[in-house]
Amino acid sequence: MKTFEHSDDSVVVIIGSGAGGGTLANELAQKGVDVVTLEAGKRESSESFLNDEWKSFSQLAWLDPRSTSGSWRVARDFPGLPAWICKTVGGSTTHWAGASLRFQDHEFRAKTEYGDVIGANLLDWPLTLDDLEPYYARAEYKMGVTRTNGIPGLPGNNNYKIMDAGARKLGYTKVHTGNMAINSRPRHGRASCMQLGFCFQGCKSGAKWSTLYTEIPAAEQTDHFELRTGCQAARIEHDDTGRATAVVYFDENGDEQRQSARAVAVAGNSLESPRLLLMSESSMFPDGLSNRSGQVGRNYMRHMTGSVYAAFDEPVHMYRGTTMAGIIQDESVHDPERGFVGGYEMETLALGLPFMAAFLDPGAWGEDFTWMMDRYANLAGMWLVGEDMPRVDNRISLNTDLKDAHGLPVVNVHFDDHDNDIAMREHAFTQGEAVYRAAGATRTFRTPPYPSTHNLGTNRMSADAEDGVCDANGQSHDIPNLYIADGSQFTTGGAENPTLTIVALAIRQADHIARQMIRKAV
Amino acid sequence: MTATRVRSVIPLHPAAERAEPALDTGTDRDRSDQHWAPGATSSMATSCDARLPSGMPALTRRSFLKGTAILSGSLATGTLLATLAPSRSWAAEMTVFDDREARVLLRLTQVIFPHENMPEAINALAVKGLDTAAAGDDAQTDSAVAIAFREGIAALDEAASGDWLAADADAQLAAVQSITDTELFLTVRGSCITSLYDNDLAYAHFGYEGEAFNKGGYVFRGFDDLAWLPDPPADASPPVQ
Repeated sequence: MKTFEHSDDSVVVIIGSGAGGGTLANELAQKGVDVVTLEAGKRESSESFLNDEWKSFSQLAWLDPRSTSGSWRVARDFPGLPAWICKTVGGSTTHWAGASLRFQDHEFRAKTEYGDVIGANLLDWPLTLDDLEPYYARAEYKMGVTRTNGIPGLPGNNNYKIMDAGARKLGYTKVHTGNMAINSRPRHGRASCMQLGFCFQGCKSGAKWSTLYTEIPAAEQTDHFELRTGCQAARIEHDDTGRATAVVYFDENGDEQRQSARAVAVAGNSLESPRLLLMSESSMFPDGLSNRSGQVGRNYMRHMTGSVYAAFDEPVHMYRGTTMAGIIQDESVHDPERGFVGGYEMETLALGLPFMAAFLDPGAWGEDFTWMMDRYANLAGMWLVGEDMPRVDNRISLNTDLKDAHGLPVVNVHFDDHDNDIAMREHAFTQGEAVYRAAGATRTFRTPPYPSTHNLGTNRMSADAEDGVCDANGQSHDIPNLYIADGSQFTTGGAENPTLTIVALAIRQADHIARQMIRKAV
Repeated sequence: MTATRVRSVIPLHPAAERAEPALDTGTDRDRSDQHWAPGATSSMATSCDARLPSGMPALTRRSFLKGTAILSGSLATGTLLATLAPSRSWAAEMTVFDDREARVLLRLTQVIFPHENMPEAINALAVKGLDTAAAGDDAQTDSAVAIAFREGIAALDEAASGDWLAADADAQLAAVQSITDTELFLTVRGSCITSLYDNDLAYAHFGYEGEAFNKGGYVFRGFDDLAWLPDPPADASPPVQ
């Protein structure tokens, strides 16, 4: 594999190897741009992935300390684990379920469409669906999304059959097995889905798209890419003109290193990316890098979420097959008549027995809990995921009282549900329970949010520099050779699972960076 | 439930590749929630999930530790579990807790998580994990965990006017409800959330099939075998390609 000198200031340094960073690295390397990727985690593989929920959690999840505050229930249930995201090569594309939905047109204009929502810091995106559509198409082709590019949908499992039957009885019509980045037939050197039921644990068949075994090895085939694992970025340095010059990091031995850079892209997810910018404060940028707007770390979104589990008289075995096996999209529209702005998706979800115990009703004990657990084999489940409101005070900040293994301050995640989030969750719970009752459920159960998997918005893009951190290309408003390449650049969250949009933005950003380089602007 | 020694213990999952030979090492699975903070779990609960010292000769260790009891029993005949196990007898050896303490803890796991028909062997696994957590580093002195547990047991007895184990089910539950802020309750509840549901006995009891890759997944093993509802339209749910 190609290696670069630490002093080589011609490389683009990318921090993170997940959906954003991994895609950007490969897209740049394919264009002949030299890239050094710093990944905090280790490299696993389909062979090393584990069909065991807790062991896999230990293998893949970001387990460094974090703290929480605010009125959200996650702060009570999981005070040290606000987010369920990964520290491993491929980032959270190892853990994601594969749902690959395009944003809807109106979701790029949330402020215009939803109006002034009190207590929300809404803003229109500086780009439109039209702008992004060609990149969505490229992302879908790259990822092999079902129901695009002539790729058939996946077969529905038992959990899907129940959702489908209940949904149709209620009159829902946009019901199917989803647009999934999971091979329904062999494609691009990867096998088709074995219906393992361990999508969250890293796909052992490789049917689910992950940068770990697509973008990263493709980049390694070029002569323009070096991946350094076990490397925790600590700060981004800049020169007197305010341009980024290097990234200081701790390598796998814990030794401090400095990699010079022509440009830097941060793609550490919406918790780690603002953390790095805030840790990079300097006399020129006393509030942190790229933070003249004061928006770094703010407007943290995590999607409105909740789950409904339902017990039936007959067996279901929901854990068999794809975790996210199907979707109801009828509620993803913006229809304020329901009492809230924005919409939500209803997607099947299954947990194995160990995680069911941990997440069904955190902190619970007694008969209500054991009644559901005793019917584990007869349970069906769905996840509810919708647009939540960006709020100025929902934010990532540095917790200087809590340090990681390198002595770096970790993040505190503060979140208060907006009234709109609460109203949407109530509606979604009600509809989810109705779906299962229509399918014959004997009892339904409302499960509160899991630790956040969709972390968004903490370095948001904006047309005006005072409203956000980066522009429509993810380029910092303040520092021309600094880019945001992950979900933290989302201006608003939409109702859809974010990975496809992150990948589309990364492809678009790579084109932009290459053009800037040709013009010697970067 | 008896406190007598039995000659053999159940190999938990004899057919599995995973090395989990017997009940008294049944908690020897990597626990990840030491990094994780479930709801009401105290920091102490996390230590319950520590890995057992592997290869520790339990009888030798027991000879100089002071608690020492053995929880034992047998699986009901005709159950799925009994057919999976080569022996119906099971045993869990304690190193810290005495016989009554072990039986209180076992009953406590049943009151907090009152499952229908759950084999006691699964609860015994949880108690074994608690005993391990209470062992501490120094065999000669009580660990903080052991002290807290004994205080909690005393509080249970007091709430039940003397002997919590002898109280009826309603009185036992009422006593537990009165100690939910104790380290004993928080630790047992937090520990059981993993220990009761993450072992091969529990998988078999609750109907969870666990590892799937080595069996070829479910694509030919019933991922879509549900037949008590109409099948979805083919365009919504295409056949396996």
